[in-house]
Amino acid sequence: MSSVSLRNIVKRFAGLTAVHPMFLDIPEGSFVTLLGPSGCGKTTTLRMIAGLLDPTEGEISIGEQLVNNIPMHKRNLGIVFQNYALFPHKTIYDNVAFGLKYRNVSNAEIKRRVEDVLELVQLPDVGRRYPNQLSGGQQQRIALARAIVIKPDVLLLDEPLSALDANLRENMRIELKRIQEKTGITTVFVTHDQSEALAMSDKLVVMSEGRIEQIGAPKDVYDNPESTFVADFLGTSNILDVLCENADETDARINAGHLGSVSLPREKARDVVAGMVAKLVIRAEKLCLVAADTPLDNRVSVEGVVETVDYQGQAVRYFVRAGNQQLQALNMIENQPFNAGDAVSVRFKAQDCVALKGEG
Amino acid sequence: MARETREARQPWLLLSPALATIFFLLVVPVLFVVVYSFWLRTANGSDQPGFYLTNWIEVVTDPFYRDILFNTLKIAAVTTLLCAVLGYPTAYFIARSRGNKAMLLMFLMLPFWISYIIRTMSWINILGVSGALNSMLLALGIIETPLQLLYNEATVILGLVHFLLPFMILNIYVSVEGIDETLEDAACSLGSTRWQSFLEVTLPLSLPGLAAGGLLCFVLAAGTYITPLVLGGPRDAMFANLVFEAIITQLDWPLGSALSLVLVAVLGTLVFVYNRFFGMAQLMKGLS
Repeated sequence: MSSVSLRNIVKRFAGLTAVHPMFLDIPEGSFVTLLGPSGCGKTTTLRMIAGLLDPTEGEISIGEQLVNNIPMHKRNLGIVFQNYALFPHKTIYDNVAFGLKYRNVSNAEIKRRVEDVLELVQLPDVGRRYPNQLSGGQQQRIALARAIVIKPDVLLLDEPLSALDANLRENMRIELKRIQEKTGITTVFVTHDQSEALAMSDKLVVMSEGRIEQIGAPKDVYDNPESTFVADFLGTSNILDVLCENADETDARINAGHLGSVSLPREKARDVVAGMVAKLVIRAEKLCLVAADTPLDNRVSVEGVVETVDYQGQAVRYFVRAGNQQLQALNMIENQPFNAGDAVSVRFKAQDCVALKGEG
Repeated sequence: MARETREARQPWLLLSPALATIFFLLVVPVLFVVVYSFWLRTANGSDQPGFYLTNWIEVVTDPFYRDILFNTLKIAAVTTLLCAVLGYPTAYFIARSRGNKAMLLMFLMLPFWISYIIRTMSWINILGVSGALNSMLLALGIIETPLQLLYNEATVILGLVHFLLPFMILNIYVSVEGIDETLEDAACSLGSTRWQSFLEVTLPLSLPGLAAGGLLCFVLAAGTYITPLVLGGPRDAMFANLVFEAIITQLDWPLGSALSLVLVAVLGTLVFVYNRFFGMAQLMKGLS
């Protein structure tokens, strides 16, 4: 196990910068997720760590060692590819044993380690089968087993769950996290799926257009997005154009037009100053719809009309027209959901909002 | 009931034009050849119908035919081997190239636009006594008198490789193209070098294509008579030349028939063995 460190990494393809200067430290034993939409540079970054691509500029270190000039096969990495990349002409046993064969491990030791790792991924009896005789989820486990049996310094996962169907994906997510915690391997996980990223990571790296937007623990990033991109990409947010009327040591007073005046604690509005055009971010699940005649409480209240109801089973997503604003609210269903056309009151707590600088 | 029989009949109905074509244009003529091989050519030049084993006994026992058959198989084998060695890197390069594969494949097809005979004869202009190579060497003063490069076994093999290389390349190309590139990346990530990864993963997975190309090259090489006729010397006759000689020159159809059936039997056995290991589907993949 080793830490990974990227210093000033740049990757340019002919005429196109895929990754802008990037610094990233991945601590030993941690589970770090690179999250972003397709084309954000997350896979390019992973491929540079793997040695499948050479960075145009900058240094990559694994542990204490600079690896820029070390070819992939000497980096001691475990990689799980999106399509698993199991060798179709080799048995599961030979697939898993492949890396050990190139590591001067005795046959008895290979046998023991392959059996152990197949046990770890809960597929102890498939050694003699061929990859095409396994289901997608099983192939996924074997790909993982093959990658970790060599005791890699770093485990790199390139959207390993995206080829699985939804139920299986959630099970594999838990499984993958369990195995990572048990083995303690430093793991870099690439995904565009935010729920995977939030559920699994110790540290989340949100990327967009070749740049890191925000790094932090999943909860921090989710609760305190530092840019409208992060606010928009993670979860569903209402992002409103607002004006900061006043900002002092403890509070920032935001004029949110039809929503009225909202007073945020300062740590939720760090970058705004008085008189500044700003963006107010309110998570859809923080907006609570109540009947229009509900007495006021300590929450901010806005009158509105339900325009669209998007029923999702345990929850429901409302599109509410409030003056010139359309708001999205994601509410658990307690009694009867509202119907389109109902007059409602939208309630939220000021401390659940985040105010960001106007641009970006 | 009526519906079931109709459904059972339908595939045969759809296949019937193809089956009829194969029957009348392939099975029937071959049967003619079989029948002919038991006839006898009389001294006055006419064919004597009947059931004589004379041709077959001559073909099977005369060491002259046996030696030429073995030599033919040897030339075909060497040609196939050379095509494989030259074709594999080319096919691999095209399949893995990031550039315009369609264009590269078109370059590969380009020679097919020129008649095979013309292509074969072009070697005379290159290697002949007054050909390009000799003229150049003379002009450079490297040699005093022209070299005799043509009309030997080597030039026959050269001509055959020239003719058959595209078939080999196409077959390997199709095979390599179908192999997921990340398999080699995965092998490398597990600690094998690029070359080891190729040997462990891509090469074994492309063997069906290599075998299909090999079969095609071997059968076409073993059945050729143009190349030895144009580029070979008097001692470089291949088996198909014997058939040509018997039928066209000596007008001995019964003997020619027996000879050609021997070649069909030998190559047919080879195809049969191939089919046992790889299946004909692989061959069709390369040709489509």
